[in-house]
Amino acid sequence: MPIDIDIAHVARLARLALTEEELEGYRRQLGDILEHAAHVQDLDTSSVTPTAHPLGFVNAFRDDEVCPSLERAEVLAAAPEAREGYFVVPPALEGS
Amino acid sequence: MTAADLTITQAAAGLASGEMTSTQLTEAVLDRAAMTEAVLHAYLTMDRDGAMAAAAESDRRHARKDPLGPLDGIPIALKDNMCTHGVETTASSKILAGYRPPYDATVVERLRSQGAVITGKTNLDEFAMGSSTENSAYGATSNPWDPDRVPGGSSGGSAAVVAAGSALGALGSDTGGSIRQPAALCGVVGMKPTYGLVSRFGLIAFASSLDQIGPFTRTVTDSALLLDAIAGFDPRDATSFRGEYPNFSDAIGRGVQGLRIGVVKEFSGEGFEPAVEAACSSMLDRLSATGADVVEVSVPTVDAALSAYYLIAPAECSANLARFDGIRYGLRVSGATTEEMMARSRAEGFGPEVTRRILLGTYALSAGYYDAFYGKALEVRALLQADFAAAYEKVDVLVSPTSPFTAFKMGDKSQDPLAMYLCDICTIPSNLAGHPGISIPIGLDESGLPIGFQVMAPALGEPVMYRVAAEVERLATFDARPELAGVTA
Amino acid sequence: MSVLEGWEAVIGIEVHVELLTQSKMFCGCKVGFGDEPNMNVCPTCLGLPGALPVPNRTAIEWISKIGMALNCEISETSVFHRKNYFYADLPKNYQISQFDIPVCHDGFLDVAVDGDTVRIGIERAHQEEDTGKSLHMGEGGRIHAATETLLDFNRSGVPLVEIVSKPDIRTAAQARAYAQELRNVILELDVSDAKLEEGSMRFDANISVRQEGAPEFGTKVEIKNMNSFRSLERAVAYEIERQVDEITSGGTVIQETRHWDEEAGVTHGMRTKEGSSDYRYFTEPDLVPIVIDATWQAEIRQSLPELPAERRARYADLGLDPHLAGVLAGADADLRAVFDHAVDAGADAKAAAIWITGEVTAWLRREDTAPGDSPLTGEWLAALVAMVSDSKVSASAAKDVLDGVMRGEGAPEAVAEGRDLIQISDAGAIAAAVDEVLAANPDAVERYQAGEQKVVGFLVGQVMRATQGKAEPKLVNELLREKLS
Repeated sequence: MPIDIDIAHVARLARLALTEEELEGYRRQLGDILEHAAHVQDLDTSSVTPTAHPLGFVNAFRDDEVCPSLERAEVLAAAPEAREGYFVVPPALEGS
Repeated sequence: MTAADLTITQAAAGLASGEMTSTQLTEAVLDRAAMTEAVLHAYLTMDRDGAMAAAAESDRRHARKDPLGPLDGIPIALKDNMCTHGVETTASSKILAGYRPPYDATVVERLRSQGAVITGKTNLDEFAMGSSTENSAYGATSNPWDPDRVPGGSSGGSAAVVAAGSALGALGSDTGGSIRQPAALCGVVGMKPTYGLVSRFGLIAFASSLDQIGPFTRTVTDSALLLDAIAGFDPRDATSFRGEYPNFSDAIGRGVQGLRIGVVKEFSGEGFEPAVEAACSSMLDRLSATGADVVEVSVPTVDAALSAYYLIAPAECSANLARFDGIRYGLRVSGATTEEMMARSRAEGFGPEVTRRILLGTYALSAGYYDAFYGKALEVRALLQADFAAAYEKVDVLVSPTSPFTAFKMGDKSQDPLAMYLCDICTIPSNLAGHPGISIPIGLDESGLPIGFQVMAPALGEPVMYRVAAEVERLATFDARPELAGVTA
Repeated sequence: MSVLEGWEAVIGIEVHVELLTQSKMFCGCKVGFGDEPNMNVCPTCLGLPGALPVPNRTAIEWISKIGMALNCEISETSVFHRKNYFYADLPKNYQISQFDIPVCHDGFLDVAVDGDTVRIGIERAHQEEDTGKSLHMGEGGRIHAATETLLDFNRSGVPLVEIVSKPDIRTAAQARAYAQELRNVILELDVSDAKLEEGSMRFDANISVRQEGAPEFGTKVEIKNMNSFRSLERAVAYEIERQVDEITSGGTVIQETRHWDEEAGVTHGMRTKEGSSDYRYFTEPDLVPIVIDATWQAEIRQSLPELPAERRARYADLGLDPHLAGVLAGADADLRAVFDHAVDAGADAKAAAIWITGEVTAWLRREDTAPGDSPLTGEWLAALVAMVSDSKVSASAAKDVLDGVMRGEGAPEAVAEGRDLIQISDAGAIAAAVDEVLAANPDAVERYQAGEQKVVGFLVGQVMRATQGKAEPKLVNELLREKLS
């Protein structure tokens, strides 16, 4: 089953600025891998329901208590750009 | 033979009796590393000063006869995807070059609180994606048994340092075989615990529902000892096991008399090297002779497990790696807008295998393809779990080769993702099921490369798994050590 | 509005409410407003490598309370999903949210609009986490001229509940009433401060129009940036008219997100990115399912306070008209408690309600006093009401009595005596004063007898003055007329 992949769209969703050449290479590789991965479609899975946790655990909570936060200076030291207590980025214009 | 060649158990006895100090032991290990690293490139960061300081503190505790436990003073290495406060943690990615986390992973806290001496951070395939440790932004690691060959992966650095004696034990992470496969290829013991037994807090995530931290050691006894040290409920990990934790060392030495050992039928034949099959079959004969009931078992879904894995793991990784965006830490490549900056930073910062898996996972989750790929893979995962459950009604453990082949030459598979993915065919099912598995070295092939034997058990079945593993180790009498350029002989 | 004749609007509203828990949704960082930037952050809410989320139990209980108050079904098992999209103020570049199995679903809220009750369906209420805040810096603070963006992650990870109504709303007035009633419910539950101006309660509206009786929905437009109830009402009204105009003038409505411009009073289309709707939801593998079993549900239900609608109904049963019941239901909780105690102590409900919503509220506002700080008790309010109905004090003197009570001078009886406000209801004493006034004003008496009835008012005033206002006016009136005729 040949698999049609809009690789440019996928790369945009994943925020990866790739060249045309790179995109074409990945498109071919993804096609090969997905052809193999499509074997999952051959199995009759009607007898099972997927579970969220491999061991079926539920209800893991924490109490509503405040814990110390990180030192801001240490946090901002790791940032490529920071000023006056803020992280700084080029203009973020899109509506979220 | 130096103190660097001791097992953890032997070294702990030496420290406890005062026969040697942690400072001597740590020095021996660091000296070994100084010699082997030129060939292996297994460490990304060595914390010489931190290690010597920790050793000196350990010595003071031992002198007061007040050690923190059997690991007090033992040099242990960490895979570089576990966060260490103030010590560079890169996950072998360019995108995290120079990153110093502001906190310790839970396993690191646990090791420190038990007095372990952290030697440094070991190499891996970038973000633990790979089976050869060739996908590291900082260069590949060599196999101590043959520097032209890969150590396996993704925890190749941790496997190599334990094999070479540049640490007495190490931690790795296993998402599809990343502990067990390199352990097999490097001739050491590597173990992946039941999902949830060891906290993932501070482990840089690859695929959250599959990742699990586990120990690399030279012996099965050491493996249980190290697992005892790192396992335990962690309130910071919502997937952490909340029940009672067994003592993993207790089951060792009780033999396999009366145990039912299932040989997974599907893990043989095409693609499996004859030497590997021969070594495993000989081990099965010996297990049978020593009183185990060895039977062949079919787990038909394992064939589809690889396909399911290569949808589920990339899907989770595509979200887990979204946070690397050049804003709060890591590499930034400038751009006119935030979006452009993010996309350029990510393209520049991630290597080809990581990029490939992010794209694959993004595609598998996207509108119109979810049901056919990711959704279906989850159902196959559930089917595999049901298959395993049925198998474990008949047997106590399942066994197989850990890897279909021994260490391969560098570059052999790195251009063919699908061939590389086949390395993990025997190990992936345990991750999908959330079950424990261990690889024990049982011999060498005709080229002198180690062969690993895998023992798998149901969830929380570590005691019976260790019981069988210890017997495999006893029967194998594997005591060969790599002669790494003459330095470790 | 003739242009709208024959058209019907279909409106759904999405409300985001920040829960005012102590700590964030998935980590122990403080929930606070107005702190210095990036002070309340940790590996989890900053999306640092290796960090993991653990859900806040209280938040889960609170969203259940919200669901119960909105008559929702509570899912016995629900799960968290990852909603994937890249944005600078979303640290993990996915939001932990809920997708196909929210905690609450299929409820309703009854809303009073122009004297009618309208039932608005609730599609779902789900738990998620808030984002950080972006400050767009540059020329005149205008977004499109920004030269850089500053990021503060203090808000990142604050528990957020999204409440989605069914498309049951038909008018701008209903939209406003729904949002206001929802806010009342949230405040009553005491789970959020629900401040519109600080963004702890925010709403978006989905609007489409169709010809009356048409079976299908029109094209839906999402409106954002409405920061008050008034702007919500205005924006919805504007958008309905815009869409009808568009269609009747031969155009078509396009599916888009529009931004409400409060100053200009119009909506603008927003720049949207391609493919942005592909959120690639999948189950959050770092979390396990939430199971709220019958026992836990019962415990949570037990903690529910009386809700505004229930309270209005109870007040109506006490004989208050719908308006007064509504005003009182919206009054401060301490004042409502005084009212309830006064009624328990036998006060006439209507009179007590008028006191509470009128003079008592006005006094507190005038004196800038918190309701909880006033010494007024239900028993004292009941006594005050009785003093007026028994004519022990005049209506105007009663306000003086209240003033004394509020100032801590003691019980109403003591204040009335202390301030010498008890009415003279002894006919003999009043008669003497009447005689004196009549004797002193012969011309007034003459004018009355000449048929000038209204001069009685002047004479009553004179008697009241002579008695320092303490004479019971009804008696004065009676005695005057008796003596004059």
